[in-house]
Amino acid sequence: MANPAPTPAMESFQTVRTADANANPARLKADGVNVFYGEKQALFDVSIDIPEKSVSAFIGPSGCGKSTFLRCINRMNDSIEGCRVTGDITLDGENLYDARLDVVELRARIGMVFQKPNPFPKSIFENVAYGPKIHGLARDKTDLEEIVVSSLKKAGLFEEVKDRLHAPGTGLSGGQQQRLCIARAIAVGPEVILMDEPCSALDPIATAIIEELIDELRENYTIVIVTHSMQQAARVSQKTAFFHLGKLIEEGPTEGIFTNPREKRTQDYITGRIG
Amino acid sequence: MPNNEHIVSSYEDELTELARAISEMGGLVEKALANAVDALVRTDEELAMAVVVADKKIDAMQHLIDEKSVSIIARRQPVASDLRLVIASIHVANDLERIGDMAKSTARRATQFEGVTMSTQFKNGLRHMGELAQRQVKLALDAFAAKDKDTAVEVFERDTDVDALYVSLFRELLTYMMEDPRNITMCTHLLFCGKNLERVGDHSTNIAEQAYFLATGKSLISDIEDLRREKLQP
Repeated sequence: MANPAPTPAMESFQTVRTADANANPARLKADGVNVFYGEKQALFDVSIDIPEKSVSAFIGPSGCGKSTFLRCINRMNDSIEGCRVTGDITLDGENLYDARLDVVELRARIGMVFQKPNPFPKSIFENVAYGPKIHGLARDKTDLEEIVVSSLKKAGLFEEVKDRLHAPGTGLSGGQQQRLCIARAIAVGPEVILMDEPCSALDPIATAIIEELIDELRENYTIVIVTHSMQQAARVSQKTAFFHLGKLIEEGPTEGIFTNPREKRTQDYITGRIG
Repeated sequence: MPNNEHIVSSYEDELTELARAISEMGGLVEKALANAVDALVRTDEELAMAVVVADKKIDAMQHLIDEKSVSIIARRQPVASDLRLVIASIHVANDLERIGDMAKSTARRATQFEGVTMSTQFKNGLRHMGELAQRQVKLALDAFAAKDKDTAVEVFERDTDVDALYVSLFRELLTYMMEDPRNITMCTHLLFCGKNLERVGDHSTNIAEQAYFLATGKSLISDIEDLRREKLQP
Protein backbone atom coordinates (compact mmCIF):
# COMPACT_ATOMS: atom_id res chain seq x y z
CA MET A 1 0.00 0.00 0.00
CA ALA A 2 1.36 3.40 -0.97
CA ASN A 3 -0.72 5.40 1.42
CA PRO A 4 -1.59 3.31 4.40
CA ALA A 5 -4.66 4.53 6.23
CA PRO A 6 -4.05 5.25 9.90
CA THR A 7 -4.73 2.11 11.87
CA PRO A 8 -7.35 2.28 14.62
CA ALA A 9 -4.51 1.90 17.12
CA MET A 10 -3.24 5.34 16.18
CA GLU A 11 -6.42 7.09 17.21
CA SER A 12 -6.62 8.08 20.80
CA PHE A 13 -9.11 5.89 22.50
CA GLN A 14 -10.44 5.39 25.98
CA THR A 15 -12.60 2.59 27.29
CA VAL A 16 -15.71 3.87 29.06
CA ARG A 17 -15.69 2.34 32.52
CA THR A 18 -18.37 2.35 35.19
CA ALA A 19 -17.16 1.33 38.62
CA ASP A 20 -19.20 -1.16 40.62
CA ALA A 21 -19.01 -0.58 44.36
CA ASN A 22 -20.50 -4.01 45.02
CA ALA A 23 -18.06 -5.95 42.84
CA ASN A 24 -15.80 -8.57 44.36
CA PRO A 25 -12.06 -7.84 44.34
CA ALA A 26 -10.29 -8.69 41.10
CA ARG A 27 -7.54 -11.30 41.09
CA LEU A 28 -7.49 -11.65 37.33
CA LYS A 29 -6.39 -8.50 35.56
CA ALA A 30 -5.51 -7.57 32.00
CA ASP A 31 -3.46 -4.50 31.27
CA GLY A 32 -2.80 -3.10 27.80
CA VAL A 33 -3.30 -6.37 25.94
CA ASN A 34 -2.66 -6.32 22.18
CA VAL A 35 -3.01 -9.37 19.97
CA PHE A 36 -1.65 -9.73 16.46
CA TYR A 37 -2.36 -12.48 13.97
CA GLY A 38 0.69 -12.00 11.76
CA GLU A 39 0.45 -8.43 10.49
CA LYS A 40 -3.16 -8.00 11.47
CA GLN A 41 -3.92 -6.57 14.88
CA ALA A 42 -6.95 -8.22 16.46
CA LEU A 43 -7.00 -6.57 19.87
CA PHE A 44 -6.06 -3.02 20.80
CA ASP A 45 -4.87 -2.12 24.27
CA VAL A 46 -7.46 -4.03 26.27
CA SER A 47 -7.40 -3.48 30.03
CA ILE A 48 -9.97 -4.96 32.35
CA ASP A 49 -10.29 -6.29 35.89
CA ILE A 50 -12.26 -9.50 36.30
CA PRO A 51 -13.91 -9.66 39.74
CA GLU A 52 -13.49 -13.01 41.46
CA LYS A 53 -16.43 -15.28 42.22
CA SER A 54 -18.74 -13.54 39.82
CA VAL A 55 -19.69 -13.81 36.17
CA SER A 56 -18.22 -11.42 33.63
CA ALA A 57 -19.70 -11.44 30.14
CA PHE A 58 -17.95 -10.33 26.94
CA ILE A 59 -20.32 -9.24 24.20
CA GLY A 60 -19.89 -7.75 20.76
CA PRO A 61 -20.43 -8.53 17.08
CA SER A 62 -18.53 -11.34 15.32
CA GLY A 63 -14.87 -10.55 14.85
CA CYS A 64 -14.83 -7.92 17.61
CA GLY A 65 -12.07 -9.76 19.49
CA LYS A 66 -14.03 -11.05 22.46
CA SER A 67 -13.13 -14.70 21.85
CA THR A 68 -9.56 -13.76 21.03
CA PHE A 69 -9.32 -11.99 24.36
CA LEU A 70 -10.94 -14.92 26.18
CA ARG A 71 -8.38 -17.29 24.65
CA CYS A 72 -5.57 -15.02 25.81
CA ILE A 73 -6.57 -15.64 29.40
CA ASN A 74 -5.48 -19.28 29.33
CA ARG A 75 -2.96 -18.87 26.53
CA MET A 76 -4.95 -20.80 23.97
CA ASN A 77 -3.62 -18.39 21.37
CA ASP A 78 -0.12 -19.83 21.91
CA SER A 79 -1.00 -22.69 19.63
CA ILE A 80 -2.01 -20.42 16.74
CA GLU A 81 0.72 -19.89 14.18
CA GLY A 82 1.85 -16.27 13.93
CA CYS A 83 -0.16 -15.10 16.91
CA ARG A 84 1.58 -12.59 19.13
CA VAL A 85 0.32 -11.24 22.46
CA THR A 86 1.70 -8.14 24.19
CA GLY A 87 0.67 -6.53 27.46
CA ASP A 88 0.05 -8.14 30.82
CA ILE A 89 -2.50 -10.61 32.06
CA THR A 90 -2.03 -11.41 35.72
CA LEU A 91 -3.64 -13.80 38.16
CA ASP A 92 -2.87 -12.85 41.77
CA GLY A 93 -0.15 -10.58 40.42
CA GLU A 94 1.57 -13.41 38.55
CA ASN A 95 2.07 -12.76 34.85
CA LEU A 96 0.44 -15.51 32.83
CA TYR A 97 2.82 -14.86 29.94
CA ASP A 98 5.92 -15.42 32.09
CA ALA A 99 8.22 -17.74 30.15
CA ARG A 100 8.80 -19.90 33.24
CA LEU A 101 5.10 -20.57 33.66
CA ASP A 102 3.88 -24.10 32.96
CA VAL A 103 1.04 -23.68 30.46
CA VAL A 104 -0.48 -27.08 31.27
CA GLU A 105 -0.66 -26.17 34.92
CA LEU A 106 -2.06 -22.76 34.01
CA ARG A 107 -4.92 -24.39 32.08
CA ALA A 108 -5.80 -26.43 35.15
CA ARG A 109 -6.15 -23.18 37.09
CA ILE A 110 -8.02 -21.49 34.26
CA GLY A 111 -10.37 -24.02 32.70
CA MET A 112 -12.34 -23.65 29.51
CA VAL A 113 -15.68 -24.76 28.13
CA PHE A 114 -16.24 -24.47 24.39
CA GLN A 115 -19.08 -23.63 22.09
CA LYS A 116 -19.67 -27.20 20.95
CA PRO A 117 -19.67 -29.83 23.66
CA ASN A 118 -16.52 -31.88 23.06
CA PRO A 119 -16.46 -34.88 25.40
CA PHE A 120 -13.61 -37.35 24.90
CA PRO A 121 -14.70 -40.56 23.17
CA LYS A 122 -14.55 -42.29 26.52
CA SER A 123 -16.94 -43.09 29.35
CA ILE A 124 -18.62 -40.38 31.41
CA PHE A 125 -16.41 -41.36 34.34
CA GLU A 126 -13.20 -41.26 32.30
CA ASN A 127 -14.09 -37.86 30.83
CA VAL A 128 -14.10 -36.33 34.29
CA ALA A 129 -11.31 -38.51 35.75
CA TYR A 130 -8.85 -37.72 32.95
CA GLY A 131 -7.77 -34.28 34.21
CA PRO A 132 -7.25 -35.21 37.87
CA LYS A 133 -5.28 -38.29 36.71
CA ILE A 134 -2.81 -36.47 34.49
CA HIS A 135 -2.40 -33.68 37.05
CA GLY A 136 -1.88 -36.28 39.80
CA LEU A 137 -4.65 -34.81 41.93
CA ALA A 138 -6.04 -38.11 43.26
CA ARG A 139 -4.17 -40.18 45.86
CA ASP A 140 -5.94 -43.42 45.03
CA LYS A 141 -8.95 -44.94 43.29
CA THR A 142 -11.46 -43.93 45.99
CA ASP A 143 -10.13 -40.39 45.97
CA LEU A 144 -10.52 -40.24 42.19
CA GLU A 145 -14.08 -41.56 42.44
CA GLU A 146 -14.88 -38.86 44.96
CA ILE A 147 -13.51 -36.15 42.71
CA VAL A 148 -15.53 -37.47 39.76
CA VAL A 149 -18.77 -37.70 41.74
CA SER A 150 -18.40 -34.29 43.36
CA SER A 151 -17.51 -32.68 40.01
CA LEU A 152 -20.54 -34.26 38.36
CA LYS A 153 -22.68 -33.04 41.25
CA LYS A 154 -21.33 -29.49 41.01
CA ALA A 155 -22.08 -29.55 37.29
CA GLY A 156 -25.65 -30.65 38.07
CA LEU A 157 -25.27 -33.84 36.06
CA PHE A 158 -24.77 -36.58 38.65
CA GLU A 159 -28.44 -37.46 39.23
CA GLU A 160 -28.98 -37.96 35.50
CA VAL A 161 -25.93 -40.18 34.90
CA LYS A 162 -25.25 -41.96 38.19
CA ASP A 163 -26.53 -45.28 36.82
CA ARG A 164 -24.43 -45.16 33.67
CA LEU A 165 -21.11 -43.65 34.64
CA HIS A 166 -19.31 -46.10 32.38
CA ALA A 167 -21.46 -45.41 29.32
CA PRO A 168 -19.82 -43.29 26.60
CA GLY A 169 -19.94 -39.52 27.21
CA THR A 170 -20.79 -38.97 23.57
CA GLY A 171 -24.11 -40.77 24.12
CA LEU A 172 -25.47 -37.95 26.27
CA SER A 173 -27.74 -35.18 24.98
CA GLY A 174 -26.14 -31.89 23.92
CA GLY A 175 -26.97 -30.13 27.16
CA GLN A 176 -25.74 -33.07 29.22
CA GLN A 177 -22.53 -33.21 27.19
CA GLN A 178 -21.95 -29.53 27.88
CA ARG A 179 -22.47 -30.08 31.60
CA LEU A 180 -20.07 -33.04 31.34
CA CYS A 181 -17.49 -30.65 29.88
CA ILE A 182 -18.12 -28.27 32.77
CA ALA A 183 -17.65 -31.17 35.22
CA ARG A 184 -14.41 -32.03 33.40
CA ALA A 185 -13.20 -28.44 33.81
CA ILE A 186 -14.19 -28.37 37.49
CA ALA A 187 -12.50 -31.70 38.27
CA VAL A 188 -8.99 -30.21 38.23
CA GLY A 189 -9.95 -27.53 40.76
CA PRO A 190 -9.71 -24.38 38.65
CA GLU A 191 -10.08 -20.84 39.97
CA VAL A 192 -11.33 -19.40 36.72
CA ILE A 193 -13.67 -20.97 34.16
CA LEU A 194 -13.74 -19.49 30.68
CA MET A 195 -16.82 -20.21 28.60
CA ASP A 196 -16.88 -19.53 24.88
CA GLU A 197 -20.55 -19.42 23.88
CA PRO A 198 -21.39 -22.47 25.97
CA CYS A 199 -25.07 -22.49 25.03
CA SER A 200 -25.06 -21.63 21.34
CA ALA A 201 -25.55 -25.28 20.34
CA LEU A 202 -28.22 -25.98 22.96
CA ASP A 203 -32.01 -25.74 23.05
CA PRO A 204 -33.72 -23.22 25.41
CA ILE A 205 -34.30 -25.76 28.21
CA ALA A 206 -30.70 -27.02 28.18
CA THR A 207 -29.60 -23.36 28.00
CA ALA A 208 -31.67 -22.49 31.07
CA ILE A 209 -30.12 -25.42 32.98
CA ILE A 210 -26.60 -24.27 32.07
CA GLU A 211 -27.44 -20.68 33.05
CA GLU A 212 -28.79 -21.87 36.39
CA LEU A 213 -25.58 -23.86 36.81
CA ILE A 214 -23.42 -20.82 35.99
CA ASP A 215 -25.27 -18.89 38.67
CA GLU A 216 -24.50 -21.64 41.21
CA LEU A 217 -20.86 -21.98 40.13
CA ARG A 218 -20.08 -18.34 40.75
CA GLU A 219 -20.21 -19.08 44.48
CA ASN A 220 -16.85 -20.78 44.06
CA TYR A 221 -15.41 -19.84 40.69
CA THR A 222 -14.58 -16.78 38.69
CA ILE A 223 -16.45 -17.14 35.41
CA VAL A 224 -15.84 -15.35 32.14
CA ILE A 225 -18.38 -15.99 29.42
CA VAL A 226 -18.39 -14.95 25.79
CA THR A 227 -21.87 -14.93 24.35
CA HIS A 228 -23.69 -13.79 21.25
CA SER A 229 -26.94 -13.75 23.15
CA MET A 230 -27.24 -10.39 24.83
CA GLN A 231 -30.20 -11.62 26.83
CA GLN A 232 -27.94 -14.35 28.16
CA ALA A 233 -25.27 -11.83 29.16
CA ALA A 234 -27.96 -9.76 30.86
CA ARG A 235 -29.32 -12.81 32.68
CA VAL A 236 -26.17 -14.48 33.95
CA SER A 237 -23.48 -11.85 34.43
CA GLN A 238 -22.73 -9.21 37.01
CA LYS A 239 -20.21 -7.41 34.82
CA THR A 240 -20.43 -6.85 31.08
CA ALA A 241 -17.72 -5.78 28.67
CA PHE A 242 -18.60 -4.68 25.14
CA PHE A 243 -16.00 -5.18 22.40
CA HIS A 244 -16.10 -3.64 18.94
CA LEU A 245 -13.49 -3.86 16.19
CA GLY A 246 -10.84 -5.18 18.56
CA LYS A 247 -11.37 -2.58 21.24
CA LEU A 248 -12.96 -2.74 24.62
CA ILE A 249 -15.54 0.01 24.20
CA GLU A 250 -17.34 -0.08 27.51
CA GLU A 251 -17.36 -2.13 30.67
CA GLY A 252 -19.41 -1.88 33.82
CA PRO A 253 -22.11 -3.49 35.95
CA THR A 254 -24.41 -5.54 33.72
CA GLU A 255 -27.53 -3.77 34.87
CA GLY A 256 -26.15 -0.38 33.84
CA ILE A 257 -24.99 -1.65 30.46
CA PHE A 258 -28.45 -2.98 29.62
CA THR A 259 -30.53 -0.14 31.00
CA ASN A 260 -28.40 2.92 30.42
CA PRO A 261 -25.15 2.35 28.51
CA ARG A 262 -22.90 5.40 28.40
CA GLU A 263 -21.31 4.79 25.03
CA LYS A 264 -23.35 5.23 21.87
CA ARG A 265 -21.80 2.19 20.21
CA THR A 266 -22.80 0.00 23.15
CA GLN A 267 -26.32 1.37 22.95
CA ASP A 268 -26.49 0.79 19.20
CA TYR A 269 -25.23 -2.78 19.52
CA ILE A 270 -27.40 -3.99 22.38
CA THR A 271 -30.53 -2.44 20.96
CA GLY A 272 -29.86 -4.09 17.60
CA ARG A 273 -28.84 -1.05 15.61
CA ILE A 274 -25.37 -2.14 14.46
CA GLY A 275 -24.19 -5.60 13.53
CA MET B 1 -23.44 6.55 9.70
CA PRO B 2 -27.10 5.46 9.39
CA ASN B 3 -27.14 3.47 12.61
CA ASN B 4 -30.01 5.16 14.39
CA GLU B 5 -32.50 2.66 13.09
CA HIS B 6 -32.93 -0.91 14.11
CA ILE B 7 -31.66 -3.63 11.83
CA VAL B 8 -35.13 -5.19 12.18
CA SER B 9 -37.32 -2.53 10.61
CA SER B 10 -40.60 -3.95 11.97
CA TYR B 11 -39.21 -3.43 15.49
CA GLU B 12 -38.33 0.15 14.60
CA ASP B 13 -41.87 0.60 13.26
CA GLU B 14 -43.39 -0.71 16.50
CA LEU B 15 -41.38 1.70 18.64
CA THR B 16 -42.25 4.60 16.36
CA GLU B 17 -45.90 3.59 16.51
CA LEU B 18 -45.78 3.49 20.31
CA ALA B 19 -44.33 7.01 20.47
CA ARG B 20 -46.96 8.16 17.99
CA ALA B 21 -49.75 6.65 20.10
CA ILE B 22 -48.48 8.59 23.13
CA SER B 23 -48.54 11.80 21.07
CA GLU B 24 -52.05 11.08 19.87
CA MET B 25 -53.28 10.33 23.38
CA GLY B 26 -51.53 13.49 24.62
CA GLY B 27 -53.38 15.50 21.97
CA LEU B 28 -56.74 14.07 23.07
CA VAL B 29 -55.99 14.84 26.71
CA GLU B 30 -54.84 18.40 25.98
CA LYS B 31 -58.06 18.99 24.08
CA ALA B 32 -60.20 17.47 26.85
CA LEU B 33 -58.52 19.66 29.45
CA ALA B 34 -58.89 22.83 27.38
CA ASN B 35 -62.55 22.06 26.68
CA ALA B 36 -63.27 21.24 30.32
CA VAL B 37 -61.83 24.54 31.53
CA ASP B 38 -63.59 26.38 28.74
CA ALA B 39 -66.93 24.69 29.52
CA LEU B 40 -66.49 25.60 33.16
CA VAL B 41 -65.60 29.22 32.58
CA ARG B 42 -68.33 29.80 29.98
CA THR B 43 -70.89 27.47 31.60
CA ASP B 44 -71.28 25.52 28.36
CA GLU B 45 -73.13 22.34 29.21
CA GLU B 46 -72.96 20.94 25.70
CA LEU B 47 -69.20 21.26 25.55
CA ALA B 48 -68.94 19.78 29.04
CA MET B 49 -70.91 16.69 27.98
CA ALA B 50 -68.69 16.32 24.93
CA VAL B 51 -65.66 16.14 27.25
CA VAL B 52 -67.30 13.42 29.34
CA VAL B 53 -68.07 11.37 26.21
CA ALA B 54 -64.59 11.88 24.73
CA ASP B 55 -62.97 10.43 27.85
CA LYS B 56 -63.88 6.93 26.63
CA LYS B 57 -61.54 7.42 23.68
CA ILE B 58 -58.74 8.41 26.08
CA ASP B 59 -59.28 5.29 28.19
CA ALA B 60 -59.22 3.18 25.05
CA MET B 61 -55.92 4.79 24.01
CA GLN B 62 -54.35 3.86 27.33
CA HIS B 63 -55.49 0.29 26.86
CA LEU B 64 -54.00 0.25 23.37
CA ILE B 65 -50.65 1.65 24.57
CA ASP B 66 -50.49 -0.96 27.34
CA GLU B 67 -51.13 -3.71 24.82
CA LYS B 68 -48.51 -2.42 22.41
CA SER B 69 -45.96 -2.14 25.23
CA VAL B 70 -46.61 -5.64 26.56
CA SER B 71 -46.34 -7.03 23.05
CA ILE B 72 -42.98 -5.30 22.44
CA ILE B 73 -41.60 -6.56 25.76
CA ALA B 74 -42.77 -10.11 25.07
CA ARG B 75 -41.57 -10.35 21.49
CA ARG B 76 -38.58 -8.00 21.27
CA GLN B 77 -37.01 -7.97 24.74
CA PRO B 78 -36.13 -4.28 24.47
CA VAL B 79 -33.04 -2.98 26.27
CA ALA B 80 -31.46 0.38 27.09
CA SER B 81 -33.18 3.38 25.42
CA ASP B 82 -35.79 1.10 23.80
CA LEU B 83 -36.67 -0.43 27.15
CA ARG B 84 -36.90 3.04 28.67
CA LEU B 85 -39.28 4.16 25.92
CA VAL B 86 -41.58 1.20 26.51
CA ILE B 87 -41.61 1.51 30.30
CA ALA B 88 -41.96 5.31 30.20
CA SER B 89 -44.82 5.00 27.69
CA ILE B 90 -46.76 2.78 30.07
CA HIS B 91 -46.29 5.33 32.87
CA VAL B 92 -47.11 8.34 30.70
CA ALA B 93 -50.25 6.69 29.31
CA ASN B 94 -51.34 6.10 32.89
CA ASP B 95 -50.78 9.75 33.86
CA LEU B 96 -52.52 10.96 30.71
CA GLU B 97 -55.50 8.78 31.53
CA ARG B 98 -55.64 10.35 35.01
CA ILE B 99 -55.48 13.86 33.51
CA GLY B 100 -58.35 12.81 31.26
CA ASP B 101 -60.31 11.82 34.35
CA MET B 102 -59.57 15.18 35.97
CA ALA B 103 -60.87 16.92 32.84
CA LYS B 104 -63.98 14.72 32.88
CA SER B 105 -64.63 15.42 36.53
CA THR B 106 -64.21 19.18 35.97
CA ALA B 107 -66.56 19.01 32.98
CA ARG B 108 -69.16 17.14 35.05
CA ARG B 109 -69.12 19.94 37.61
CA ALA B 110 -69.47 22.51 34.83
CA THR B 111 -72.85 20.98 34.00
CA GLN B 112 -74.07 21.89 37.52
CA PHE B 113 -73.77 25.61 36.85
CA GLU B 114 -76.54 25.94 34.28
CA GLY B 115 -78.98 28.64 35.39
CA VAL B 116 -76.93 29.68 38.40
CA THR B 117 -75.93 33.31 38.37
CA MET B 118 -72.64 34.23 39.84
CA SER B 119 -70.03 36.85 39.44
CA THR B 120 -67.53 36.04 36.66
CA GLN B 121 -64.93 37.16 39.16
CA PHE B 122 -65.42 33.79 40.90
CA LYS B 123 -64.00 31.98 37.90
CA ASN B 124 -61.01 34.20 37.20
CA GLY B 125 -58.70 32.21 39.44
CA LEU B 126 -59.75 28.93 37.82
CA ARG B 127 -59.24 30.28 34.34
CA HIS B 128 -55.74 31.32 35.25
CA MET B 129 -55.03 27.98 36.88
CA GLY B 130 -56.45 26.17 33.85
CA GLU B 131 -54.06 28.01 31.57
CA LEU B 132 -51.10 27.13 33.74
CA ALA B 133 -52.11 23.46 34.00
CA GLN B 134 -52.56 23.23 30.24
CA ARG B 135 -49.16 24.76 29.72
CA GLN B 136 -47.61 22.21 32.07
CA VAL B 137 -49.24 19.30 30.23
CA LYS B 138 -48.11 20.64 26.88
CA LEU B 139 -44.53 21.23 28.01
CA ALA B 140 -44.33 17.80 29.64
CA LEU B 141 -45.56 16.11 26.45
CA ASP B 142 -43.13 18.14 24.36
CA ALA B 143 -40.27 17.12 26.67
CA PHE B 144 -41.30 13.49 26.31
CA ALA B 145 -41.64 13.58 22.53
CA ALA B 146 -38.31 15.38 22.08
CA LYS B 147 -36.51 13.46 24.87
CA ASP B 148 -35.57 16.90 26.17
CA LYS B 149 -34.31 16.81 29.73
CA ASP B 150 -34.10 20.59 30.18
CA THR B 151 -37.78 21.07 29.41
CA ALA B 152 -38.57 18.17 31.74
CA VAL B 153 -36.71 19.93 34.57
CA GLU B 154 -38.56 23.15 33.76
CA VAL B 155 -41.94 21.42 34.12
CA PHE B 156 -40.82 19.84 37.37
CA GLU B 157 -39.75 23.18 38.82
CA ARG B 158 -42.90 25.01 37.68
CA ASP B 159 -45.25 22.68 39.49
CA THR B 160 -44.89 24.87 42.59
CA ASP B 161 -46.58 27.68 40.60
CA VAL B 162 -49.67 25.52 40.13
CA ASP B 163 -49.63 24.55 43.78
CA ALA B 164 -49.28 28.18 44.88
CA LEU B 165 -52.13 29.20 42.63
CA TYR B 166 -54.32 26.52 44.15
CA VAL B 167 -53.60 27.79 47.67
CA SER B 168 -54.52 31.34 46.66
CA LEU B 169 -57.66 30.09 44.87
CA PHE B 170 -58.65 28.29 48.05
CA ARG B 171 -58.30 31.48 50.09
CA GLU B 172 -60.16 33.54 47.53
CA LEU B 173 -63.12 31.15 47.35
CA LEU B 174 -63.21 31.00 51.12
CA THR B 175 -63.69 34.76 51.22
CA TYR B 176 -66.65 34.58 48.81
CA MET B 177 -68.20 31.88 50.96
CA MET B 178 -67.81 33.95 54.10
CA GLU B 179 -69.27 36.99 52.37
CA ASP B 180 -72.47 35.20 51.46
CA PRO B 181 -73.41 31.64 52.45
CA ARG B 182 -75.44 31.32 49.22
CA ASN B 183 -72.08 31.14 47.42
CA ILE B 184 -71.05 28.03 49.27
CA THR B 185 -72.44 25.42 46.84
CA MET B 186 -70.93 27.13 43.82
CA CYS B 187 -67.62 27.84 45.44
CA THR B 188 -67.28 24.27 46.69
CA HIS B 189 -67.74 23.03 43.14
CA LEU B 190 -65.15 25.50 41.97
CA LEU B 191 -62.78 24.45 44.73
CA PHE B 192 -63.01 20.82 43.60
CA CYS B 193 -62.28 21.93 40.06
CA GLY B 194 -59.25 23.78 41.39
CA LYS B 195 -58.12 20.64 43.12
CA ASN B 196 -58.50 18.73 39.86
CA LEU B 197 -56.29 21.23 38.06
CA GLU B 198 -53.73 21.07 40.83
CA ARG B 199 -53.58 17.31 40.31
CA VAL B 200 -53.24 17.79 36.56
CA GLY B 201 -50.09 19.69 37.48
CA ASP B 202 -48.87 16.72 39.51
CA HIS B 203 -49.48 14.31 36.64
CA SER B 204 -47.63 16.67 34.29
CA THR B 205 -44.70 16.50 36.68
CA ASN B 206 -44.86 12.69 36.53
CA ILE B 207 -44.76 12.84 32.74
CA ALA B 208 -41.80 15.21 32.94
CA GLU B 209 -40.02 12.74 35.21
CA GLN B 210 -40.57 10.02 32.62
CA ALA B 211 -39.27 12.34 29.90
CA TYR B 212 -36.13 12.90 31.97
CA PHE B 213 -35.75 9.14 32.52
CA LEU B 214 -36.23 8.52 28.81
CA ALA B 215 -33.58 11.08 27.90
CA THR B 216 -30.97 10.25 30.54
CA GLY B 217 -31.77 6.86 32.07
CA LYS B 218 -31.69 8.54 35.46
CA SER B 219 -34.25 9.63 38.01
CA LEU B 220 -35.18 13.31 38.05
CA ILE B 221 -36.11 13.13 41.73
CA SER B 222 -32.65 11.96 42.73
CA ASP B 223 -30.88 14.36 40.34
CA ILE B 224 -32.86 17.49 41.11
CA GLU B 225 -30.73 18.72 44.00
CA ASP B 226 -27.58 18.48 41.88
CA LEU B 227 -29.30 20.21 38.97
CA ARG B 228 -30.40 23.09 41.22
CA ARG B 229 -26.90 23.48 42.56
CA GLU B 230 -25.44 23.52 39.05
CA LYS B 231 -27.90 26.23 38.09
CA LEU B 232 -26.85 28.41 41.01
CA GLN B 233 -23.21 28.30 40.03
CA PRO B 234 -22.11 31.13 37.75
